Amino acid sequence: MPEIKPRIGVFVCHCGKNIAGTVDVAKLAEAASRFPGVVYATHYEYMCSDPGQALLKRAIKEHRLSGVVVAACSPTMHEETFRKAAEEAGLNPYLVEIANIREQVSWVHSGPKATEKAVRVTRAVVEKVWGDRPLEPTEIGVVRRALVVGGGIAGIQAALDIANAGFEVLLVERSPSIGGHMAQLSETFPTLDCSQCILTPKMVEVSRHPKIRILAYSELEEVSGFVGNYRVRIRKKPTYVDPAKCNLCGECAKVCPVRVPNEFDRGLSLRSAIYIPFPQAIPSTYTLDAENCLGIVPLRCGKCAEVCEAKAIDFDMQEEILEEEVGAIVLATGYELYPKEAMAEYGYGTVPDVIDGLEFERLLSASGPTRGEIRRPSDGKIPKEVVFVQCSGSRDPEHHKPYCSKICCMYTAKHALLYRHAVPAGQAYVFYIDIRAGGKDYEEFVNRAMEEERILYIRGKVAKVFREGEKVVVWGVDTLTGKRVEVRADLVVLAQAVVPSPGTEELARKLRVACGGEGFLKEAHPKLRPLEALTAGIFLAGAAQGPKDIPESVAQASGAAAKVVALLSRPKLEHPPEVAEVDEELCSGCGICAPQCPYGAITVDEVAHVNEILCEGCGTCVAACPSGAMSFRNVGDEQVLRMVRAALEVEGAGV
Amino acid sequence: MPEFEPRIVAFLCRWCAAAGADLAGTSRLQYPPNAIPIRVNCSGRVEPQWVVEALKAGADGVLIGGCHPGDCHYVVGNYKTRRRIYLLRRMLAEMGIEPERVRLEWISATEGARFAQVVSDFVAELKRLGPLHGNGGRG
Repeated sequence: MPEIKPRIGVFVCHCGKNIAGTVDVAKLAEAASRFPGVVYATHYEYMCSDPGQALLKRAIKEHRLSGVVVAACSPTMHEETFRKAAEEAGLNPYLVEIANIREQVSWVHSGPKATEKAVRVTRAVVEKVWGDRPLEPTEIGVVRRALVVGGGIAGIQAALDIANAGFEVLLVERSPSIGGHMAQLSETFPTLDCSQCILTPKMVEVSRHPKIRILAYSELEEVSGFVGNYRVRIRKKPTYVDPAKCNLCGECAKVCPVRVPNEFDRGLSLRSAIYIPFPQAIPSTYTLDAENCLGIVPLRCGKCAEVCEAKAIDFDMQEEILEEEVGAIVLATGYELYPKEAMAEYGYGTVPDVIDGLEFERLLSASGPTRGEIRRPSDGKIPKEVVFVQCSGSRDPEHHKPYCSKICCMYTAKHALLYRHAVPAGQAYVFYIDIRAGGKDYEEFVNRAMEEERILYIRGKVAKVFREGEKVVVWGVDTLTGKRVEVRADLVVLAQAVVPSPGTEELARKLRVACGGEGFLKEAHPKLRPLEALTAGIFLAGAAQGPKDIPESVAQASGAAAKVVALLSRPKLEHPPEVAEVDEELCSGCGICAPQCPYGAITVDEVAHVNEILCEGCGTCVAACPSGAMSFRNVGDEQVLRMVRAALEVEGAGV
Repeated sequence: MPEFEPRIVAFLCRWCAAAGADLAGTSRLQYPPNAIPIRVNCSGRVEPQWVVEALKAGADGVLIGGCHPGDCHYVVGNYKTRRRIYLLRRMLAEMGIEPERVRLEWISATEGARFAQVVSDFVAELKRLGPLHGNGGRG
């Protein structure tokens, strides 16, 4: 580094008595004036005030300062303030640094030692500024369109909000229709609105929106790039039906000889190989499921095409690979229920009349396999006694999931209540550990289920569920009376734990987004940045981030959409310039640095290269470089070592 | 002769340890003034060489403060630090320098009290160990 004589100014803030009450600010300024490289030092009552900033600006001009140290509060408070002020006075903002003498000195120490430490801290920061170079943030353009992954209620809401702000949206959904789990629900708690009735208008709005392009039956294959400039590869599976021609007559499904379990009804009914998931599906078209079709290549059956008057069926349709550019990505991949195979103790998967919450939704739904009549799967009889088991797989760290799935207390109360409405003579039992009804009108809803509907709530866990003749026997303990309980039920409904939808972790890996221990997508900060991933430009919505009910999913989706709109509205993006860089003369191309980087910002050919936009500035690669080729802007090794020596210098303490 | 006051250089990561130190301040927790903080973005930026140079330049101990495992702002920087410092401490021991003079601590932004405690404990330990030889003879 060429040794240009620095002209550093030091500004000591009193912060009223906060600093000056403990640290001898006059002495500190006097000591600072004798630091190497310092040409001006002063102290002032409140540096952050307008007169304080004016003083700083004036001094920069009058003393032609090449760098500034403000000895004041934590840099998290006013670093930005002083850097802006310096910029206004014509000094590059990256030549301004804060010496924290409040939070880390005056508030935690007393006596002359406090002043001594303040001197050392300030002295070290002066050395840093000495080594600092002027920097400019890197400017990047923004592709003004967004990708939303997942077409459930969260994805739908995010897509609509972004599109209504005027930006193009690609909405990718892996199943043949958008709508997600909400489309499967009967009624919603606590208002008992019909779920489809409130959802389908939104689905139609999405399908009609000129700014939204739905890519159903499609999956995200690959992602590269960075904030504002993502390149995505989407695989669109062939549906073998031209949606523009299909008139939904349904003749194809009638003649199809195949019968397989219907996913939309959670396997409680059968569908043909050519099918529409539900009548209001969007895109509004039939889909030929090639895996279950008797054969397309070579054509084995072809009956569907024979009866299709619209000539919509095209057996030659090929899968498409789409390459798209987007500026931001919203992940709204939703949830699934904990697999039934995992709950052997509750007879799930072996006793046909033990079902999960979503299966029960299908039984309740007017569009379901029983047209809304509650009939049990084994023999179609109307169950006279139904046991609901809460926390099935949740809050059980020894065997299953440690966390609370959050929505089950409410939907179980709803299930029991709707069952009582459908079968007024029936008896409903609910086994629970606690009732967690934290939400607007939620507690009242549960009370209504308990008190008005005479649903028997039993506090305790279920130990075993097994079949005995036509009955499903439930053994449990009532922990309030301490007695064992046996219920001989006709149907058992398990409130299975909410887990991330299959493929969440794989998707997260592709996007370099972190997953928490239980596989849910991890937010950038649990409290202050709950809508975004740590990777810039990627946002989170809905249950993919953690168990959520509909209002929460919608709120988070709208929040994420607002973040996307804010990002896409900016003319240019700025990336902080304090990142790693390579001295290509020194680099041997060993490649030790690349795997250190959690952001994939380093590529190595003959030598290493840092992508400035991807680099988030941790410096882990720099510390790993064996040849000293990797360095960090304004936190160079020599700079830090000079700070260390200055901080330890006995004479330098000056007191 | 005045009591030996150890000198400590504290490399603190911006997101957790330095924020924890700030919280100790906001909470007005008193602790010994022996540690001079140097803020870095990530504990992963801390080079073992810095630690060695700090000891050479007169420090009796070096503290490295990072985020708790799993909480690193940069995902995995603190894991790299853990390996590096583990190795460094073994090398220091080989050279006859007590490895206890180099401390790696996980301090979250909410752990102001823990930061104050860590510094207090470290100062007490270094007082017990005495000046790093070669740096002796100063008050």
